[in-house]
Amino acid sequence: MKMEYFQLIDRIETVGLDPLRLTAKADVPAESTIFEGHFPGYPIMPGVLLIETMAQAAGFCLLWNNCFKKMPFLVAVKSVKLRNFVPPSSSLDVLCEVEHEGSGYAYSRTSIHNEGKLICDAQLGMKFLEFPSPELLDHIKAQAHRIDLPERASLE
Amino acid sequence: MSEVFEVVATIIATSSEVPRDKILPESHIVDDLEIDSLDFLDIVFAIDKKFGIKIPIEAWTEEVNNGDVTTERYFVMKNLCVEIEDLIASKKD
Repeated sequence: MKMEYFQLIDRIETVGLDPLRLTAKADVPAESTIFEGHFPGYPIMPGVLLIETMAQAAGFCLLWNNCFKKMPFLVAVKSVKLRNFVPPSSSLDVLCEVEHEGSGYAYSRTSIHNEGKLICDAQLGMKFLEFPSPELLDHIKAQAHRIDLPERASLE
Repeated sequence: MSEVFEVVATIIATSSEVPRDKILPESHIVDDLEIDSLDFLDIVFAIDKKFGIKIPIEAWTEEVNNGDVTTERYFVMKNLCVEIEDLIASKKD
């Protein structure tokens, strides 16, 4: 995990259908400039980055399902509960289960566990848009490759 | 009014600031009820789940943007409910 670069997911463990679901690992670094400010003498992973970690899991799950045809952008964060702190060097288990994929949008149930303990959970809404630039598509595909997101057979 | 209209109106009232009694068959969702795109997404999600359908919002938006139809075609309450009833009926076929 490189928090400063928003590289929060480290590797995909499973992804599949019925239901559309993804599990991933996210290894919190021992040191980060973010911990210097959050907080001095008591480093913990910021809640907004935990939400972003769940959003990235949902995003990769939906990208896998649509074969990178459209980019899912986070538009709604609901029922979020930040239940426990995450110290440096934690190894997080991230889960996304797509609740409903509609026309141009999707809602997912997401959660993070640390050594079996529930850290946080939320319902996340994503809206699909055309990739606004080829650079973004290339970047997202490179990130997917980095975390071992498997290829899915084309839908067509 | 149809059962679908009652359900959709209740969903809109629950998902937005619009009082239930202001939602009429002639109401335009955007122009009259002032539902924004994000609230509309919540409403579509609730309708999709309630009836087990997939409202084709992307296709409708494309038709409107291309000038093939006016927004009234899909976004006036009574017209929207007819579309939903058709989607429910086609699901049963």
